[in-house]
Amino acid sequence: MARMKFLCDVERCIDCNACVTSCNNEHDVPWGINRRHVVTMDDGVSGEKSISVACMHCTDAPCAAVCPVDCFYFTPDGIVLHDKDLCIGCGYCFYACPFGAPQFPEENSFAARGKMDKCTFCAGGPLPDNSVEEYKLYGRNRIAEGKLPLCAEMCATKALLGGDGDVVSDIYIQRVVKRGGRPDTWGWNTAYNFKSEKEKKP
Amino acid sequence: MATRTARRTVGLFVLSTLLLLLSGIFYWQAIGADISNPHANFWRVVREGFPGFTKVSTAGHKVLIVNSGENWREIRNGILVRFSQLIIIAALVVMSLFYKFVGPDKLEKPRSGVLIERYTLGERVLHWYTAVLFVIMAITGLSLLLGRILLIPIFGHWVDSAYLQASKVLHNYCGPLLLIGILLEFVIWVRYNIPRKIDLAWFKTMGGMLGKGPRPHTGKVNAGEKGWFWLILIFGIAVGVTGIVLDFPIWGQTRSTMQLSHVIHATVAVLFVTVSFGHIYMGTVGIEGVFEGMCTGFVDAVWAQQHYDLWYEEKMHEKGERTEASS
Ligand code: SF4
Ligand code: SF4
Repeated sequence: MARMKFLCDVERCIDCNACVTSCNNEHDVPWGINRRHVVTMDDGVSGEKSISVACMHCTDAPCAAVCPVDCFYFTPDGIVLHDKDLCIGCGYCFYACPFGAPQFPEENSFAARGKMDKCTFCAGGPLPDNSVEEYKLYGRNRIAEGKLPLCAEMCATKALLGGDGDVVSDIYIQRVVKRGGRPDTWGWNTAYNFKSEKEKKP
Repeated sequence: MATRTARRTVGLFVLSTLLLLLSGIFYWQAIGADISNPHANFWRVVREGFPGFTKVSTAGHKVLIVNSGENWREIRNGILVRFSQLIIIAALVVMSLFYKFVGPDKLEKPRSGVLIERYTLGERVLHWYTAVLFVIMAITGLSLLLGRILLIPIFGHWVDSAYLQASKVLHNYCGPLLLIGILLEFVIWVRYNIPRKIDLAWFKTMGGMLGKGPRPHTGKVNAGEKGWFWLILIFGIAVGVTGIVLDFPIWGQTRSTMQLSHVIHATVAVLFVTVSFGHIYMGTVGIEGVFEGMCTGFVDAVWAQQHYDLWYEEKMHEKGERTEASS
């Protein structure tokens, strides 16, 4: 069985936030919640780098370990999902998650936390695949349709990869081998796919 | 000729030095003073938890990887879950042993039938308001901490979830009300609870419960009660303030703040509950006559003389004055 993984190539991500937008649209995510976000380090300085991040579907998931109602479960291909009918909105998964993936819709009184929402790797939830109820609570179940997560599928620079971990890492290794582990100038590799003279005439 | 070659060599040398400097400056500008690997630097910065920029700045998303979550998980699922069960079981065991071997503190003389007012209606209402909220908070709080390991195996996921959903709501609403109760208690009772010299003598025999010999002299409030009073204030504020930080995620508190608050909140709360067992024991089965005092507001004169002799004398004195004045 494949082990599903996301990988974002920082040399390619251009902080366009299309992954965030497409995800919100695909799953009709409630206002104020973003299952994915892009973080830019050294923003506006030469050498700035962006990376898109959502739930990373951890193997030893901290969120699942601390949940007081034990509502998380793992699909056979390693996707971390949760049952919103069990979730009590305590926020513990949010404290424990390294990536800030769990999100909470605000309930009317005192901004109390509602049921947790997070990236599902486009795999829906425990309800019947592609049912209306599943769509309402968890969004579209693309995995059940045989598709991969939309954010990665539509990424224009192919920075964001999602799918079978072995395939994803093969692609990434090829890229690293090609461009070398250590770019000399920031922006050069990203923008122009610069090849050295030696590489042009082997 | 020789001078010309020499001049040309010097010229070339100066030029190349300038070029070298210039390219150095360009290089410096291009990648900064840092000549280490930019790839590695990116991850180094990320691992150290420096905030970046994000257009989606919901709840601390600026920091890409928050390491402390894993520590929080270890502390909560490890020390807190284990230690809270241990300390509470230990306290219950000590209490039953105490009951078995020392036993309840009975009245030494038959009741006189003369009643003395010990608590006003306001004091009693406040006490029971706080007490009921405290019990609700203790039960719901411990359920949130231990429900997963104690309740799910017995009742299953659905019952646990429904019960904890209710617990969470109760816990979140009752918390601030309890804090208000504790602060009001402080305001109305602080004047009786200033530590005095005679309190030291009380601790030697724990108010006559341990060992033989005469009971220590005591005013309206004994040293044990004073200790509990100050513990309530300290624990109450620690639990209350951290609880409010957790209760209202609207002030932009970061995850690290919430993790720290949660650890303080849970640790102090478990200690608070443990110590409260002592108070509940003394107030119910431990000492005869205490419970009715807090329910009706009146205590028997014999009881007052036995436990709070100085307060009893004071009351009698007052009464004497009053009867004199009215006659
Ligand atoms: S929510 Fe966070 S902790 Fe849980 S699997 Fe996703 S990334 Fe890991
Ligand atoms: S918010 Fe929901 S999913 Fe997260 S730990 Fe609490 S109950 Fe579990």
